[in-house]
Amino acid sequence: MSDRKLIDLVDITKQYGDSVVLDDLNLYIRENEFLTLLGPSGCGKTTTLRIIGGFETPDKGKVIFDGKDITRLAPNERQLNTVFQKYALFTHMTITENIAFGLKIKKKSKQYIKDKIDYALKLVNLDGFGNRMPDSLSGGQQQRIAIARAIVNEPKVLLLDEPLGALDLKMRQDMQYELIRLKNELGITFVYVTHDQEEALTMSDTIVVMNQGYIQQVGTPEMIYNEPKNAFVADFIGESNIISATMVEDKLVNILGANFVCVDTGFGRNQPVDVVIRPEDIDLVKPEDGIIKGRVTSLIFKGVHYEMEVMANGREWLVHSTDLSPVGSEVGIRVDPFDIQIMNRPESEDEEVVTIDEP
Amino acid sequence: MVNAIKKFIQKFYLGIMLLFLYAPILILIVLSFNKSKSRSKWGGFTLDWYRSLFESSDLLTALYNTLLIALLSALGATLLGTMGAIAINRMRKSTRTIMMSITNIPMLNAEIVTAISLMLLFIAVREFIPNFQLGFLSVLVSHITFNIPYVILSVSPKLKQTDRSTYEAAMDLGASPIMAFFKVVLPDIMPGILSGFLLAFTMSLDDFVITHFTKGPGLDTLSTKIYAETRKGIQPEIYALSTILFGAVFLLLVLVNLRKDKNQADAKPRR
Amino acid sequence: MSRDKKVEKKLKEELQGKKKRNNALLASPYIIWMAIFIIVPLFMIAYYGLTDKENGSFTLANIKLILDPVNLKALWLSIRLSVISTLICLLLAYPIAMILRSLNMKRSSFIVFIFILPMWMNFLLRTIAWQNILERNGILNTILSFLHLPTLNIINTSAAIILGMVYNYLPFMILPIYNVLIKIDNNVINAARDLGANGLQTLLKITLPLSLPGVISGITMVFVPSLTTFVISNILGGNKVVLIGNVIEQQFKVVNNRNAGAGLSLVLMVFVLASMALLSKYDKEAEGKSIW
Repeated sequence: MSDRKLIDLVDITKQYGDSVVLDDLNLYIRENEFLTLLGPSGCGKTTTLRIIGGFETPDKGKVIFDGKDITRLAPNERQLNTVFQKYALFTHMTITENIAFGLKIKKKSKQYIKDKIDYALKLVNLDGFGNRMPDSLSGGQQQRIAIARAIVNEPKVLLLDEPLGALDLKMRQDMQYELIRLKNELGITFVYVTHDQEEALTMSDTIVVMNQGYIQQVGTPEMIYNEPKNAFVADFIGESNIISATMVEDKLVNILGANFVCVDTGFGRNQPVDVVIRPEDIDLVKPEDGIIKGRVTSLIFKGVHYEMEVMANGREWLVHSTDLSPVGSEVGIRVDPFDIQIMNRPESEDEEVVTIDEP
Repeated sequence: MVNAIKKFIQKFYLGIMLLFLYAPILILIVLSFNKSKSRSKWGGFTLDWYRSLFESSDLLTALYNTLLIALLSALGATLLGTMGAIAINRMRKSTRTIMMSITNIPMLNAEIVTAISLMLLFIAVREFIPNFQLGFLSVLVSHITFNIPYVILSVSPKLKQTDRSTYEAAMDLGASPIMAFFKVVLPDIMPGILSGFLLAFTMSLDDFVITHFTKGPGLDTLSTKIYAETRKGIQPEIYALSTILFGAVFLLLVLVNLRKDKNQADAKPRR
Repeated sequence: MSRDKKVEKKLKEELQGKKKRNNALLASPYIIWMAIFIIVPLFMIAYYGLTDKENGSFTLANIKLILDPVNLKALWLSIRLSVISTLICLLLAYPIAMILRSLNMKRSSFIVFIFILPMWMNFLLRTIAWQNILERNGILNTILSFLHLPTLNIINTSAAIILGMVYNYLPFMILPIYNVLIKIDNNVINAARDLGANGLQTLLKITLPLSLPGVISGITMVFVPSLTTFVISNILGGNKVVLIGNVIEQQFKVVNNRNAGAGLSLVLMVFVLASMALLSKYDKEAEGKSIW
């Protein structure tokens, strides 16, 4: 990934009727980056992608591609290609004809097209499928054809709109590795839209978390997971305990009546904040060693770990641990200072944290 | 800008086409208020034809026949067609294809051929039952026959959408198959049955060719009456009667649509 | 086979047998109705068409009537006019269906206004109203002379009949095309654009081929009634234009020769079936030419 900006979205606003889908969005995408737009349905991620692809025109703002303003350019005049939700293969054409479509439009030579198709089919591991019809292929195979159809045109950017949404779990995981491999082999920019946080964390260089038309946070998967900027991001990415707390002083936060040492500074004295603690970051210890005490109220075996709920200081704490504490036992709770993530409470309307009902 | 022009051209084209489809109807409505009996001269506004219409027992009888045949044939076709659609839906694919091809014959075959074939059947029946006359019954049977495919075409898609598991769930919860059908499947396909009925009613109302061949001498519907008058000139009362019919249905549709819109607006969730 | 399995199998067979009986009970009224009022009447046409009026013996004379120059001319004219009006309908209807698709309106209200509502104004009256528009001193010529344009004299000509056919059967072309078009995923069209096709290329290579089944059933639904009409030609053609439908109708209603009429109907039916078979070779949808 280079540091050169390839796509620059400037002050993008899009409205459908009364509802504002995107409000003054600014975002840049670097060359060879794998960037994921992540958020719940209706957050504006697909609209953003469609604006880059040219299927929507923003009401306000500009789309800069490689230094040129392409805001009003039709999709067929843009140097990027899209892999659509549910594949959008041409059902009246064979696989070969599907893949050749873009090249024939560009009037490439017969030999060139043939070579490209062979190369693309090999790349997506579907050698020998050329004469089949799309309907006769499985979902995963159709998906790979859709990718092949896009990449033979040598786009600088590949846009992917929830491409794995219709596949089953196993296929989805396989395709994630496949996509990373493709990205590395082709050396082009991927812009990926999904509502699946695991997909985003696995594949991306950069994740853009969106909600209700606003960007909530931009960062590497590690940053997004470990240092969520607000409760929405924390809640959307992985499981977490989000607790209202008060900053006592620098590096000391009062959570539900107990003082915890943390690493954050720069908040005002007695300022109300939100605290995020990941369930796997909570250590259950002997009651007398804990900062606060509690009682285990439920225990579920999850395979790699146990999931426990601990009632302590008037709140259920979600805990993941490989060590088992039986229901009813008394435990102490400890958290390492750098595992406590302190966040500002939202102030402006723009940042308003919204609870969502997706799992 | 280019988009705006495109949108305008689209709307304009659509408008022209709707005008093309509705211009004759407008003309007929205008004629119903025309004082002059000649259809090519405007003699001033009048409601006379609407008054004299109710004194013309001929026309009222034709109207009565038309509506009665439409109602009964739509009911018959809906009953037979719905039963047929359910049965066809449960058949194996090969049988289903054969059944559907036969079902579609009256719809795809030339109307005149269907009409003649039914007429010849009724004439043959007369050989065996001398008392049988071509008339109300033969027209009714013919209308039911050509209406059935429309009902099946309306009901079948709804049946395909109906989840088989809801029917099974009802039985699992203790309903007998018949109860499960009436409580679960029937309400599910009701919209299809209703639209099939309305379509059949409308088709029957608008029919001329089938009635023309199967009616025999005694019976007249609006269509056959109009056809008989084509040469000598239509009596203006017919325009008035048709305008009333058309206007009533138009109002009904507008009301139904307004209510649907309102319901949808009310039901819109607020975020 | 163990005992349990045997019992299970027997129960299953019984259940299936019951289902079959139920289904037969449900299907039988409909099947009987179809047999009596669809299949038997078709044989009646064949019977009358192939027998002599006087003595009821087998003859091909009624069929051969089609070779009579007058009848042959009528058939040929019917074919010409119905092909022309089918093509005009197709050209007019395709853009309408495309526009309606792009408008994203509730389909039920559209069907009602284009398709159902006009039927509540009698079909004969609507056709008669075209006399008003087209005749020598009719509305069209009044408008034309008001605009100082040359007047048209098309009433009682083939042109008037074509117009009547297009007017009456246009909805039958719009509906099936529209129904196929709205089923095409927007993203399929977007994909074509994305891969570099311009609007025209997308239409020719993607939209048109994908909508072919709708076009085919639209063509059938316009061509067959146009080919066989006798009403439109009667009202808008005066007595000057005679179509095959008029010939057949007169055999029954004027000449009173059922056998001749049935013979000609038989020819017409075979002709219609042949042209539909030819068309359906292009139609991939095997089951039910649904217009809805």
